Amino acid sequence: MHSSPYIQNNENVSRMMLAVIYALIPGTLVYIHFFGFGVIINIFIAVITALICEVVILKIRNRPVKPFIYDGTAVLTAILLALALPSLTPWWLAALGAGFAIIIAKHLYGGMGYNPFNPAMVGYAMLLIAFPKEMTAWIPAEIHGLNFFDTLNYSFFETLPAGMNYDALTMATPLDSIKTQLSLGYTLDEIHTTNASLFGNIAGYGWEWINIMFLIGGIVLISIKVISWHIPVSMLGALAFMAMIFNFSDAGSYSPISFHLFGGAAMLGAFFIATDPVTAAASNRGRLIYGAGIGILIYIIRTWGGYPDAIAFAVLLMNMAVPMIDYYSKPPVFGAPSKG
Amino acid sequence: MSDTSYSKIIYNGLWVNNPAFVQLLGLCPLLAVSNTVINGLGLGLATTLTLVASNVMVSIIRHWVRPEIRIPVFVLIIASTVTIIELSMNAWFHELYNILGIFIPLIVTNCAIIARAEAFASKNTVSSSFLDGLFMGLGFTAVLVLLGAMREAIGFGTLFQQAHLMFGEAARGFTITLFDDYRGYLLAILPPGAFIGLGFLIAGKNIIDKKRLAREKLLSNEQVEVPAPAAS
Repeated sequence: MHSSPYIQNNENVSRMMLAVIYALIPGTLVYIHFFGFGVIINIFIAVITALICEVVILKIRNRPVKPFIYDGTAVLTAILLALALPSLTPWWLAALGAGFAIIIAKHLYGGMGYNPFNPAMVGYAMLLIAFPKEMTAWIPAEIHGLNFFDTLNYSFFETLPAGMNYDALTMATPLDSIKTQLSLGYTLDEIHTTNASLFGNIAGYGWEWINIMFLIGGIVLISIKVISWHIPVSMLGALAFMAMIFNFSDAGSYSPISFHLFGGAAMLGAFFIATDPVTAAASNRGRLIYGAGIGILIYIIRTWGGYPDAIAFAVLLMNMAVPMIDYYSKPPVFGAPSKG
Repeated sequence: MSDTSYSKIIYNGLWVNNPAFVQLLGLCPLLAVSNTVINGLGLGLATTLTLVASNVMVSIIRHWVRPEIRIPVFVLIIASTVTIIELSMNAWFHELYNILGIFIPLIVTNCAIIARAEAFASKNTVSSSFLDGLFMGLGFTAVLVLLGAMREAIGFGTLFQQAHLMFGEAARGFTITLFDDYRGYLLAILPPGAFIGLGFLIAGKNIIDKKRLAREKLLSNEQVEVPAPAAS
């Protein structure tokens, strides 16, 4: 049985990580445009924490520090985690998540290349379970009126400018509010007309642009062959397929495909999170199964589950299934008798 | 094990063969109720009581029970002991009983108890079985309390909250607040916190054992046998 990362040397890893980080830039810039400087503050805090934790743990484990720091995996984990957080958060949220991701999810399982679970998503899931209030309150896109120093001030001292109130300022994401209001008995049309400003043109004001930018970044990554197309295509395809069936059966209570693809973190998840080479399936056939599993799980958790978005849990659940997928999707050895 | 000295039995129960650390028995109640010190202590003492009672009874009847039917007999003894303890806790520690809930009757399914009955009490004298039950139980309780303290400190920022459930009204003031204005860390109180916490505790024990072994080796300069975890 083969195991996932086929890594020959660290230069390859760092080249790949660097390409992924570059591909995140357009989406991140649009994210900052809509949700303020909290995004960049979170990235900064998460990266610093991740690097400190990485160095400390490598020292404790008597491993060489330099090659593992320069491979960039810790930085990428931290950035992905920070991009998943709401933008207006206290500093310790990003720090705690990044520390948990690096120490518990990565190094306790053996470090780079050995972790069965995507570290960024473990950190995110931990934060979501431990701090549900802080993790589900987002500021409204573009009209929040907070400048860099206001955000910094909130991040470190949890004080907002005079006249602003955290509970009044923050709101649920489009995905979250659809879920809440559906449960109150409204139809999708009613929800969309009463909250027109939240939902924008396609899938959520601001969110749609962030998703389009991550989609472009992801396509660039595929075209320069840093990631293969199998996981993103099968994941988005499965998500779209599920959305299509249910939307077709009852358009009043199941959101359309466009909303599922562009309303949450689907693009970020499909191109940047699910494609993590360490925790994903290894063969191309396995990757198709793995991606489709994530897509289906995202739809199920979003529609009937208890959490607003589902990328983290879907990815972690499929991470768990990876050894079995790898076992059954093993490409036949050359020369072995075929079954068919 | 029939010729074990008393001090060896004690050491065995508390450290070498600690049911929670080494044998990893009874994990279900261990992980479920160890979210505060008092809950851990309550369940630990109830389990200890069950272990002592069942070990003593099994040891008393060990010459008259045919080996073919020994397991059903052990189960009956354990079940009746647990029922007695459950009813008495319901009567005297009613609030604690409500918190521990299903895990009191579930003591009956704790593998540590039947494992001790089978592996120790059915082959040893009453007095050593009593001691074995007592210290296996105390070893289990120690882990429960330690894990409970860890989870309570990280999860709520306190220690010994709700101590009055066990020690009466006078103990209300036992609660120690470690951090003022602590937000709480929900993960430590939820089941994942128990798994992660127990993992760290076991790792800590293994480090201590390793260091000790290395030191002993250094002192005696000869091969020292590693205590093998009991299979059950």
